[in-house]
Amino acid sequence: MSITLENVGFVYGAGSVYEKTALKDVNLTIEDGEFVGIIGHTGSGKSTLIQLFNALMQPTTGKVYYQGKDIWGPGYNRRELRFHVGLVFQYPEHQLFETDVMSDVCFGPKNQGLSKEECEHQASLALSAVGIGEDYYKKSPFELSGGEKRRVCIAGVLAMNPDVLIMDEPTAGLDPAGRDEILDLISRMHKNRGITVVLVSHSMEDVARYVERLIVMNDGEKAYDGTPREVFRNYEELEKIGLSAPQVTYLMHDLKAKGFDVDEDASTVEEAKTSILKVFGMTDSSGES
Amino acid sequence: MSMVRTDALSHDYLIYEDEESDQGTPVRALSEVTIDIREGEFVSILGHNGSGKSTLAKHLNALLLPTEGTVWIEGMDTKDDDKLWDIRQRAGMIFQNPDNQIIASVVEEDVAFGPENMGVPTQEIWDRVNSALERTGMTAYREHSPNRLSGGQKQRVAIAGVLAMQPKCIIMDEPTAMLDPVGRKEVLAAVHQLNRELGITVILITHYMEEVIDSDRLFVMNKGRVVMSGTPKELFARVEEFEELGLAVPQITMLGYELKKAGLDLPDAILTREEMTEALCRLR
Amino acid sequence: MFRDITIGQYYPTNSIIHRLDPRVKFLGMLAFVVSIFVVSNYGYIVCAAWLFTIIALTRIPLNIMFKGLKMILFILVITVVLNLFMTDGTIIWQWKVFKITREGLTMAFLMAMRLIMLVLGISQMSLTTTPNQLTAAMESLFKPLSRLHVPVHSIAMMMSIALRFIPILSEETEKIRKAQMARGADFEGKGIMNRIRAMIPLLVPLFITAFRRATDLAMAMEARCYHGGEGRTQMKPLKYVNRDYIALALLVLYLAVIILLKVLLHW
Repeated sequence: MSITLENVGFVYGAGSVYEKTALKDVNLTIEDGEFVGIIGHTGSGKSTLIQLFNALMQPTTGKVYYQGKDIWGPGYNRRELRFHVGLVFQYPEHQLFETDVMSDVCFGPKNQGLSKEECEHQASLALSAVGIGEDYYKKSPFELSGGEKRRVCIAGVLAMNPDVLIMDEPTAGLDPAGRDEILDLISRMHKNRGITVVLVSHSMEDVARYVERLIVMNDGEKAYDGTPREVFRNYEELEKIGLSAPQVTYLMHDLKAKGFDVDEDASTVEEAKTSILKVFGMTDSSGES
Repeated sequence: MSMVRTDALSHDYLIYEDEESDQGTPVRALSEVTIDIREGEFVSILGHNGSGKSTLAKHLNALLLPTEGTVWIEGMDTKDDDKLWDIRQRAGMIFQNPDNQIIASVVEEDVAFGPENMGVPTQEIWDRVNSALERTGMTAYREHSPNRLSGGQKQRVAIAGVLAMQPKCIIMDEPTAMLDPVGRKEVLAAVHQLNRELGITVILITHYMEEVIDSDRLFVMNKGRVVMSGTPKELFARVEEFEELGLAVPQITMLGYELKKAGLDLPDAILTREEMTEALCRLR
Repeated sequence: MFRDITIGQYYPTNSIIHRLDPRVKFLGMLAFVVSIFVVSNYGYIVCAAWLFTIIALTRIPLNIMFKGLKMILFILVITVVLNLFMTDGTIIWQWKVFKITREGLTMAFLMAMRLIMLVLGISQMSLTTTPNQLTAAMESLFKPLSRLHVPVHSIAMMMSIALRFIPILSEETEKIRKAQMARGADFEGKGIMNRIRAMIPLLVPLFITAFRRATDLAMAMEARCYHGGEGRTQMKPLKYVNRDYIALALLVLYLAVIILLKVLLHW
């Protein structure tokens, strides 16, 4: 019962000519230890949603609870909450500001009120978790490559030791190698640390491969909520709201239509391969898992 | 006829690490790139971040000049000062960040920016703007502020802006990197249409493999060199090489490759799901 | 926060005012500003009548028009309070050291009117004129200065680019602020020094991204053959037509009335 949203609505510029409803009546619970993906096209309300999780935005209606407590209730320490619910935004350029990598990652822990030694300890743990070695500590964050900047930003939030890690499109603009690197990293942290992960993404392929649960946002409402396989079963409806299932899901449906007895819900290359091989009476001999 | 040609093009950037001296250390971003792109071709250039593909793009519009070697746009040498504006007019450029290439605060006025700079007479500017907006499907937004458009629409405005200069060739430097899937499709559909209907040569730089399937030809870059070139079919058959270069092949191609490796008798480089379905049906 | 700034936010209705030559509107705005500083008492009625006639002609909803007042609310209140209590004269109300005089009351009212009309006058020009038209107007009106080696075209270009990027940068500021708040940054700290220090994580990324944008934009402009004002044509060159001459005539008439009233009746 980590994060709970109860009948949450959000309106931008309420009362003005530009009034725009971003969320309407959203009910949602993200349990401790889950790995959740949030998908939706631009303007579907997904960015607003994640900013409600760590109180960067206040819902216009409804309630947000963290560990059972109303985060907008009287006396609730919302700054403290942000140390528990870490949020990494899309563009590293918006976060990095210090002269070297180490100091930048120390910013969060410093705000928590830790001593210099503790800060550096936390920071080096976080940096090693994202695969940034000591030789980078004194480098300027602005000299790094796109993927490295992204990792330093994640470390900057990890260093606060959050229980929940929310990431807004952590792979946008990265090349395939950089993309896999970041996603593997996130998935590893989820497994090793048991940290709750919320991943906002445009890429169905990425989400299908990693998350356990997928929430689809459309027009400010929760359109689907289930395992990726369950959600992608609605591939035709997803198409209508400007999204699409992974390519292999389409393929599996095409094959089914042609009379192949394949698993229509397969959404990753692995799953599709196993299912197709089975139809042809073969087993996966490559030995990969 | 050759639209864009480079001969042993090399480019060095200077990096100033030593604060004491003004002497920069040269770092080679492009090395001996020789390509020849014909008029009307749709060519894609792939490569991971830092492979030199953006540097190459900037040479094709004379925004950068070769350290060594030569670049010709329709036979004009980019080093020739007198031809600079002709080259820029003929080889239009679209950049990654849609916000950072829109100059005016009203869509139609932005589209007019290029022709205005070229000294096109007023009435003709209007004709060009009208037709460029029409071609990119942005007529309905002509009086809008760019700030209220989606990323895909902003890129279409940028394309219209280039189109109004009546180019022979459009170079796009990761035009979809900052867009969502809907915007990405929009932009790609727009350029494919320009290529088909107006015969405009398109050079698309990207790292989304799905976007290059319909190209006539692909170049793959690594460490400043062109390391692979050929049709999508030819190149996507070389899955291992792609992976070594930090690139991925489209999901369907990957699946085909995996199935083949597991023993199914499939052809190389299956690019679309239709091809895959057909190939599997044949095996039945 | 910059989103509420009315100045610079074009509001299309295609009214007769919208279609006027921007130079006329610019001169009209200047004339109006001069007029509200010329008149002293009843003259404001004339100014207000002129202003509201134009506002009506623009067909822009009043709430949009008055939005610009929000940002000067603070200055307005201060002005009114200062004038109200600080002007000497016939006392009509007093409590301890606080006193209100007849003169103070008039003064406060007049100052408030002046400020409100000033903002409305500027807003109605900016709401009916795109920043680009406005820059074109200024470029054209100030062209004689380029003979004195004033870079009129470059200044005009800088202005229009600045106008285009204000909303983008303000949005960016908001994003950066949130990214740092997510790491526990506290922008409401106590003490001036703490507050200034708290701004660093905001300002550094803002400057770096702004410079990045500037470089990108310069390159994009070059790629589209921009090479200064020389040999440049315009999509919407400014040309006075009949309605502009009529508007200019009315403007002269308005100024004449204001000056006559001032001289003859001391309005």
